[in-house]
Amino acid sequence: MIASFIQRAVMQGIPLLFGSTGEIITEKSGNLNLGIPGVMYVGGISGVIGAFMYEQSFEDKADMNPFLAVLIPLLCCVFGSLVMGLIYSFLTTTLRANQNVTGLALTTFGTGFGNFFGGSLIKITNSDIPSITLSSTSAYFSKTLPFADNLGWVGQVFFSYSFLAYFAIILALFVSFVLKRTRVGLNLRAVGENPATADAAGIKVILNKYAATCIGSVIAGLGGLYYVMDYADGVWSNDGFGDRGWLAIALVIFALWKPKFSILGSILFGGLFIVHNYIPNIDVSTQEIFKMLPYAVTILVLVIVSARKKKEHQPPQSLGVTYFREER
Amino acid sequence: MASKIVKNHTPLFHIAKRDELPFYKSLLIRIGSIVAALIVCAIVIIAFTGENPLSIYATIVEGAVGTKRRTWGLFQNVAMLLCVSLAVTPAFKMKFWNIGAEGQVLMGGLATIYVMMFYGETLQPAVLYPVMVIASILAGAIWGLIPAVFKALWNTNETLFTLMMNYIAIQLISYYTYVNAVPKGSGQIGIINSDTKAGWFPSLGGYDYLLNIIIVAALTVFMFVYLKYSKHGYELSVVGESENTARYIGINVKKVIIRTMLLSGAMCGIAGLLLVAGTDHSITRETAGGRGFTAIMVSWLAKFNPIYMILTSLLLVFLEKGAIQISTKFQLNPSFSEILTGIIIFFIIGSEFFINYRIMFRHSAKKEVK
Repeated sequence: MIASFIQRAVMQGIPLLFGSTGEIITEKSGNLNLGIPGVMYVGGISGVIGAFMYEQSFEDKADMNPFLAVLIPLLCCVFGSLVMGLIYSFLTTTLRANQNVTGLALTTFGTGFGNFFGGSLIKITNSDIPSITLSSTSAYFSKTLPFADNLGWVGQVFFSYSFLAYFAIILALFVSFVLKRTRVGLNLRAVGENPATADAAGIKVILNKYAATCIGSVIAGLGGLYYVMDYADGVWSNDGFGDRGWLAIALVIFALWKPKFSILGSILFGGLFIVHNYIPNIDVSTQEIFKMLPYAVTILVLVIVSARKKKEHQPPQSLGVTYFREER
Repeated sequence: MASKIVKNHTPLFHIAKRDELPFYKSLLIRIGSIVAALIVCAIVIIAFTGENPLSIYATIVEGAVGTKRRTWGLFQNVAMLLCVSLAVTPAFKMKFWNIGAEGQVLMGGLATIYVMMFYGETLQPAVLYPVMVIASILAGAIWGLIPAVFKALWNTNETLFTLMMNYIAIQLISYYTYVNAVPKGSGQIGIINSDTKAGWFPSLGGYDYLLNIIIVAALTVFMFVYLKYSKHGYELSVVGESENTARYIGINVKKVIIRTMLLSGAMCGIAGLLLVAGTDHSITRETAGGRGFTAIMVSWLAKFNPIYMILTSLLLVFLEKGAIQISTKFQLNPSFSEILTGIIIFFIIGSEFFINYRIMFRHSAKKEVK
């Protein structure tokens, strides 16, 4: 029971981990991308579209090439979320639009895009199937480590996940390392803290902002893909992804802008997200109260962090502020 | 070093901030951006439906104002979106990013429905309506006050705080609807007091939504005057421009933040009241319907001017209704409207750049030298 709880919590947490790792990179460049929920939707649906096209081209699903079956959705997802990142970067960095408004517009657009294609893909391609169920593709995506079943609860807790889940964790550690220990990370942090100083020091501010936002979007988009292909077994349901994108943004604060903290944070959030299913003898209405937990915890962290005013726990100083070299 | 640089090296173009652009020019740029957006939307629509664009625009108009019923629905939706937009505006002008309007509206609605359900039968209408109004205003105001207090005390990030408050409000609604579900266990409360109509807004002259529209019109005028001619409005715009300046000239910044968020939350509460008592006579998680987020864009696009907000909210609602009609006609998903809304907003916020800045190319720089 506990092993299965942890397993479900991790699976809930992985999309959040992708989202928050992406958002941390973005925020480190000073861009507060509130479009992450939209980006994750687009990442998910782009992968679905790719997989759908590929699956539909086969009479017999067994003929599918496993390598292509994974690669095509992956590339589609990367492409879709990259475009979203570019839209955001172009509007906020090049055209200097307000970040919050752009982000919210991106979320409106992205969720709309996801739900629209999710609801109309069958009609547009004139297929005669009742719903988008990509079980063959999903099977390739959710392949677990072969020896997981033989190891009892150890296998269930540590080895029962798909490659994307392990990738998320490795990626978070890697990003943590890059941000903290490398020149690239130092430059990026400088841009987020004080772009004018960074610019004076010869760091390419615009390039850094573009790169961080686009890479961040792509990583966040993978979270959407993981959700559809692995967690939801390849079944796209409109609004199924729900508020996870916002939770990913909340997780950024919870992890104090450090990806390695968001690994544990995401599992904790995943656990809080589903804990109502594991508490015996509570009725449906009380479950709804339990569902507040991730949000309430985030508020608590937000308040504590701001009240303690510890320097290394603060958001990047120029977060949300548009940089204009000629200003002043 | 310097000798290595080519003699007349100037970049191809550079960007400079404009002085105030004449009104007609900025209007032209805005209209131009909307036209460009509509062209892109047309291309997208044609790609999915294969119809000719003229008949599609006809469908949009038909969906928005095709029948008397639809026209009223359009006005009602514009009024509701406008109401929330007005509510978030003073906070934005102060650079307080209240993206929790959704939650504040829901809390106003929750307070309204609570009064309607439990006191609808016992209180006289003359008492019931004022109680509903006060309850909704209080609930919205409290929901806005909480993040504001922390912002004033510790400068807690209000964008994320208000965002999280939305979900707490949504879960409270869920809890409430499960506990009071009719029939039990359905998780929905349905339309309440449908026989007695206790707490329902009366229909004026046979028009159901007229009272809502009148109230929002009054609020629009109030907000216009408040922002433009009152001392409060002046103070909050100074805080928005520069907190240090505000402090220097003796404005109590914390007080202004808290007072403005109380007002913002209270008006969201009124929006909740109008949605519950004046429109749905019920409450669900979807009652606010994303208006809290759309309102931010409406307010921003209108440059915080309540009169322009009528136009921007009309534009967005018109498009939404039209797109829904298109999706019904061509059996597409109604989320189509969100894609179109997104495209239009991208274009309008992008066009702001050309209003605020000008691009100067190399040859124009040469002219100046002459």
